[in-house]
Amino acid sequence: MRELLDSVHYDSWILLALLVIPTIAAIGIWVHGAMLGNDADALERGSGAARQIALWAFIVEFIVSIGLWWSFDSSTAAMQATFDRSWIPTWGVTFALGVDGISLMMVLLTTFLMPLAVLGSWTSIRMKRHSYYALLLLLTTGMLGVFVARDLFLFYVMWEMMLVPMYFIIGIWGGERRIYASLKFFIYTMVGSLLMLVAIVWLGLKAGGAGTPNFAYEAIRLMASSGGVGRGTMLFGAVVPATMFMFLAFALAFAIKVPMFPFHTWLPDAHVEAPTAGSVILAGIMLKMGTYGFLRFCLPLFPDASMHPVVRNTFLALGVVGVLYGALVAMVQPDFKKLVAYSSVSHLGFVMLGIFAATTQSIQGALMIMINHGISTGALFLLIGMLYERRHTREIAAYGGIARVVPLFAAMLTFVSLSSIGLPGTNGFVGEFLVLIGSFQTTPYLATLATVGVIFAAAYMLWAIQRILFNSLDKPENEQIPDLNARELVTMIPLIAVIIWLGVYPAPVLRRMEASAQQLVAQVGGATGSNVAEGGGR
Amino acid sequence: MNGAPLNLSIPSQLSFALLPDLVLMGGAMLLLIWAAWRPESIRHQRAVGTAAIALLVITAVLIGWFMLQGVTASPGPVAVDRFRWIADLVLIVGTIATIALSMDYNERELMVAPEAHVLILLATSGMMLLAGARDLMVVFLGIETMSVAVYVLAGMNRRSPRAAEGALKYFLLGAFSTAFLLYGMALVYGATGATDIGVIGDRVLQYGLTSSPLLMIGIALMLVGFGFKVAAAPFHMWAPDVYEGAPTPITAYMAASVKAAAFTAFLRIWYEAFSPVFVRWHNSFWWLAAITMVVGNVIALRQRNVKRMLAYSSIAHAGYLMVALTVNTAAGAESFLFYALIYTIATFGAFGVVVALGEAGERSLAIDDYAGLWTVRPWLSVAMAIFMLSLLGFPVFGGAGFFAKWYVIKAALQAPSPQTRLVVVLVLTSVVSAGYYLYVVMVMFMRPRLAGAPTPARAGGLTRFVVASAAILLIGIGFFPERLVRFTRGSAPLTASRLTSPGTAVPLPPPARQ
Repeated sequence: MRELLDSVHYDSWILLALLVIPTIAAIGIWVHGAMLGNDADALERGSGAARQIALWAFIVEFIVSIGLWWSFDSSTAAMQATFDRSWIPTWGVTFALGVDGISLMMVLLTTFLMPLAVLGSWTSIRMKRHSYYALLLLLTTGMLGVFVARDLFLFYVMWEMMLVPMYFIIGIWGGERRIYASLKFFIYTMVGSLLMLVAIVWLGLKAGGAGTPNFAYEAIRLMASSGGVGRGTMLFGAVVPATMFMFLAFALAFAIKVPMFPFHTWLPDAHVEAPTAGSVILAGIMLKMGTYGFLRFCLPLFPDASMHPVVRNTFLALGVVGVLYGALVAMVQPDFKKLVAYSSVSHLGFVMLGIFAATTQSIQGALMIMINHGISTGALFLLIGMLYERRHTREIAAYGGIARVVPLFAAMLTFVSLSSIGLPGTNGFVGEFLVLIGSFQTTPYLATLATVGVIFAAAYMLWAIQRILFNSLDKPENEQIPDLNARELVTMIPLIAVIIWLGVYPAPVLRRMEASAQQLVAQVGGATGSNVAEGGGR
Repeated sequence: MNGAPLNLSIPSQLSFALLPDLVLMGGAMLLLIWAAWRPESIRHQRAVGTAAIALLVITAVLIGWFMLQGVTASPGPVAVDRFRWIADLVLIVGTIATIALSMDYNERELMVAPEAHVLILLATSGMMLLAGARDLMVVFLGIETMSVAVYVLAGMNRRSPRAAEGALKYFLLGAFSTAFLLYGMALVYGATGATDIGVIGDRVLQYGLTSSPLLMIGIALMLVGFGFKVAAAPFHMWAPDVYEGAPTPITAYMAASVKAAAFTAFLRIWYEAFSPVFVRWHNSFWWLAAITMVVGNVIALRQRNVKRMLAYSSIAHAGYLMVALTVNTAAGAESFLFYALIYTIATFGAFGVVVALGEAGERSLAIDDYAGLWTVRPWLSVAMAIFMLSLLGFPVFGGAGFFAKWYVIKAALQAPSPQTRLVVVLVLTSVVSAGYYLYVVMVMFMRPRLAGAPTPARAGGLTRFVVASAAILLIGIGFFPERLVRFTRGSAPLTASRLTSPGTAVPLPPPARQ
């Protein structure tokens, strides 16, 4: 396989192709829509083509991207499949792409989920299909761009770029309170990201020295590690180092995106109001950008600031608060989609715990949860969407006993829920287990507390399943629900397969992450040793 | 002319340095005669407008020639540098868009007077004078030429009481602020004994005037005067009423070009003449910029009339431009020009959409009238979304707006004393601005079309041209800003003046003090 990929110089064009394919398809869909004109009938008849184009573009994208799995060299933490072109040389901005063990899995997760998201919208999106699918494609370019950017300026552009399609997807095709939800989503994200922009400009100017600014990731990391960020500022009688401000500017942007506990309030609104595919992408991919940002930028660029005891303990504590709070709030939600949304807060809390515990195992575990959560929660949102299309309600109380009516659906939902809880043998178990083991070495108390979150997860999920699928079939309108059709089965089967595969044999995935995780721990390790009483996590 | 710098004390060479301005002014005079020659009619109005655009294109070509030749000049009453030429081009782009929009708009509003276009040309020649002025007298001449023409333009629609009210307000406050400006200039002259901007800067250093109260009061009064002209808070009160009342294309002209022109003189005076006393005025500038950004953005949130909303947004943008001035470095001037160009394009695009969607008699100007526009006029809605995101400073979908803001932020952080806190104010107020820019987008795309709302008539060809080219330019520059960035490089007035030998144009009076 490796030879075959090398023979077509796969590494030299793959990342560019991943960004270009969706963009071209999006333009193609819009051109197709524009050719149909403003005639409502023609648009109605032609709208089937829009989803076909989108589906095939995403399938091609996935097939092309899967080569990365084999071409990736798991023995090194260096950036691979790099692609460099100058973009705005006067400002020192390059169009630099690359993947390492952290971003590889995120890229594959994205390309894997997108075709399924299209299948999930197949019949539920009826209005303005051309624009919907074109925006989904542009969104994909933005998301992949975030994961593969090796230039901070490019990263920022991509980070902002994905915001607009999502804003429209929620705002136009969402539920009743879609306008409120989309604006909240937009403003929240923007507050964080603009401060990050200021930090990025500052870092780029410092990395460039007296000459042209330099926004390349490696250059900035080199500059930051040699203490070139700048002097500290007096604040409330204490000297706060400049790296701390930089760290906080980045951390705020990412904490909002994750979302970490006090910044999470946009998430339930956005999730609930978004159309199915929007929720799948939000939960499956976009939340991971926050945690990815911590792993890619906050920790490696500012190890001292992020491992400062106060900062680190705050983030660890907020992570655990997120785990428990998310789980407790999820338990009392009457709306199934909102329940899953809050369960995301809980799961992402685990990821934050793993990241800031900063051991190789906990970071690998955090990465595993990022993947697993994408798959399990994505699958849950797809299933909720399927149920919603049939009954037009997401109230848990409106169901009951439907396992008898829709056995296939019930089997799927039960299985996916178990993976979300983290049952051994499913993917969910691997990640949470690694995080707990890894973080127990550095923060035993918080790790123990987080374990309670796993129990809560079982409680809210199983209780919801019981009320929806089991109990007695007492509502007459539930007796006629049709079971999953062929398209829906096709959507779910890959997800189920991956859940089992990652649960039983996660080693290939872990192997590909290992070098990068170790390098990250080594980078923050020095800071950990000097600052934290428990000593560097090894 | 190649090589040797022009000697501006020789009248023929001075005239040569002013050639683009003279061509525009002379052409405008001829057009005025032609405009009055024939009876008013829609056709005549269009013919004069077309000729006016042709004249502007000729002027722009002439300016391009000057740039290519790299003509330089010794210090004198007018500057011959890249800052002037690029500022001229920015102003001409705005003027062409104004006349193009006016031709459609005036026809719909049954304003058939062809003199309107000529007045715009005269105002523009005043602006170009401002962009090149290196002498307080020339600055004043430019400001008055520009303002008098714009007072008339604001009240051009004689049938509208709103326009009359706006024009009167504009005139009274304009005259008021000019008095401030003039008095400030007089005091500065009294303190330094010079009206030449470069000489003022040198004298301040030479005579140790850095704490002269006369100079300080003069600077403060000039600051107030310019604050009015660029509508910086708290001197912005006139702007929303005037902008709302004026004909829409003229509103765009005032919000973009008039403001940019006043800013060029503002910037040049403070960069060249008052740089030596930077520490004295820096704080007041800082606060002016911060207050302008906050006031403009926060009050814009409450506006439900699209013209008023854009008026407050233009106040906010004056605040962002003030940041570039506060920096007082070459990078600040470059980012100012870049920002002014992008802001001009986006503003004219947005007002172009307003013109396209308006109905005769200035109706349908509430933002809520745009509800569901996407379903009936998809291209206009997409274009408007691009302009809004561009004014918001959003990458990719907002095109070049992001780079403009980015350039200002970069200049502010790159300064010898980094303006970090001002930049934080800038980005936080930008978040606030999302509230009203996105409101327009939300109304157009996410609200259903109101039952019984008429489908807007197809806009005139020129309006569509302005909107489309603005959108394409913004998106295009948004992907490939490199050329434009290079273009604005090395355009700071500071470098031009400091390279030449200072203080030779006017004989020095004996030192007055110390």
